[in-house]
Amino acid sequence: MRRETLTGSRIRERRLINGQKQADLARKAGISASYLNLIEHNRRRIGGKLLLDIAAALEVEPMSLSEGAEAALLGALREVAALNPSADCELAQVEEFAGRFPGWAGLIEALAQRQSSLEQTVVSLTDRMTHDPQLAEALHDMLGAVTAIRSTSSILVETDKLEPEWQDRFHRNINEDATRLTEGSQALVAYLNNETSDHQQVTTPQDEIEAFFQRHGYHFALLENGGSDKQAQDGIESMIASAGDLLVSASARAQVQRLLARYWSDAQAFGFDAMLDDVSIMGLEPASIAAKREVDIGLVMRRLASVPGPILQPLMQDSPYDIAEAGLGLAVCDSSGTLTMRKPLPRFALPRFGAACPLWSLYQALSRPLIALRERSQLSGRDGAPFETLAFAAPVSIPQFGAVPLLESHMLMIPLSASGAAQSIEPPRPIGISCRICPRDDCAGRREPSILASGV
Amino acid sequence: MSKHVLLVEDEPNIIEAVSFLLSRDGWSVSTHSNGHDAADVIRAKNPDVLVLDVMLPGRSGFDILEDIRSEGVCRDVPVLMLTARGQTKDRERAERLGATRFMTKPFSNAEIIETLHELSGS
Repeated sequence: MRRETLTGSRIRERRLINGQKQADLARKAGISASYLNLIEHNRRRIGGKLLLDIAAALEVEPMSLSEGAEAALLGALREVAALNPSADCELAQVEEFAGRFPGWAGLIEALAQRQSSLEQTVVSLTDRMTHDPQLAEALHDMLGAVTAIRSTSSILVETDKLEPEWQDRFHRNINEDATRLTEGSQALVAYLNNETSDHQQVTTPQDEIEAFFQRHGYHFALLENGGSDKQAQDGIESMIASAGDLLVSASARAQVQRLLARYWSDAQAFGFDAMLDDVSIMGLEPASIAAKREVDIGLVMRRLASVPGPILQPLMQDSPYDIAEAGLGLAVCDSSGTLTMRKPLPRFALPRFGAACPLWSLYQALSRPLIALRERSQLSGRDGAPFETLAFAAPVSIPQFGAVPLLESHMLMIPLSASGAAQSIEPPRPIGISCRICPRDDCAGRREPSILASGV
Repeated sequence: MSKHVLLVEDEPNIIEAVSFLLSRDGWSVSTHSNGHDAADVIRAKNPDVLVLDVMLPGRSGFDILEDIRSEGVCRDVPVLMLTARGQTKDRERAERLGATRFMTKPFSNAEIIETLHELSGS
């Protein structure tokens, strides 16, 4: 955290650019030069009317003096303090602290971010041990073999005058179990190596699918260029075949096949160029675009999520969005709430195991099908990233009398820029990722204690 | 007259080793290897002691334990539960459902014999 990013430093910098003397600016702002000196050196808090007066005297927007990294730093420090109540931090002096000791304040923020990263790693590992059925099954098999070997070998060693037929049988059993143990341990090592050797931490079919889509940036140019169904099918099979060790399980390959077939079908119904034209004219308005193109809103949402951020952002001049890096995030779930398609964002992770936050509009849409939901939300936790979410649920089964239709819900996650978030009149609705990594104690939707808040 | 122990376990080589061990120790041993009908088999055999694995094909040992504790002749039979997972929550769940003892794999031959003697009062 550089001192120059603080309000006082900005005032001083602007004054020097304007060629104003400190005494002149102080007089225009109605304060003493010595007091302005303290402000410029970040020794005094500034806000409200005085900030407006100084901004007017400098002929700049007040926001240009106070927004940005300073607010982010103060927010981060307040959050660190809130997460560590036993430290009894002097919250009233947080701005003075950040102003006088920006280096230390920046260090605290950096350490808190590091802690957050490590906590997420712990959550991931804990969840794997608890919920990963493949790992649990492998360990169960190995312990079964170890138990049999231990018991059988003890019998062989400790039993006097063991009959030859029993000896033969137990030797055979030990050989069988040793072979099973060897194969099991090799499979387990390969499984764990697979996970650690790849940056994407491939561990389950869902992880494999996500790693595959991430490698392609969630965009498949091969399926955007028209052609016949046969060509598309050949292209899909070629991509899967060349995925190498990214797609090792049959389940992952089958699901990728299905998702890419849907991608192809979507691209046929709503071409890439037409989509860019619509976005440049209508903005991120899936409902309006869907009405114009006479396609499903969910289809438009899937198509929008497939556009790379660097292509999408220039179409959205003066928008409140910050989508240049990774574009739009996407979560799709079925009627049970199970996520069937996931495109996480750098600041909007999607849970690898277990259920997501019930406050997501993705799930609200399930209870209000055919109603397009748009809201501003803010993720709980240290990042507190602001997002706009668009959600829509629609039936996917053929309606029948007396039968409740199956629904599919889509949610687009659109990162907001700092200025875009500030434009919101209503405060953003707080949401989380999943209960285990959400620090909000007072949430009505909480299912289990947070590993962050309570160390459970 | 020898005491009767029923071993409900799906690993054939564990079954063989433990059966041999207990037979040589003077027990009358019977075995069963799947969870589907284990509760019925347990009631039918009505052993002096039951050794019950947690992870069984078809039905978990926890469900079987809850079933036999709810009604029938085996409500009070001493039960030694075996599991490959030594987690506290599994142990607590077993105790809550009425397990008499809880043993984590891999166990030693001496451990299982000693425990069964304690449970049978022999």
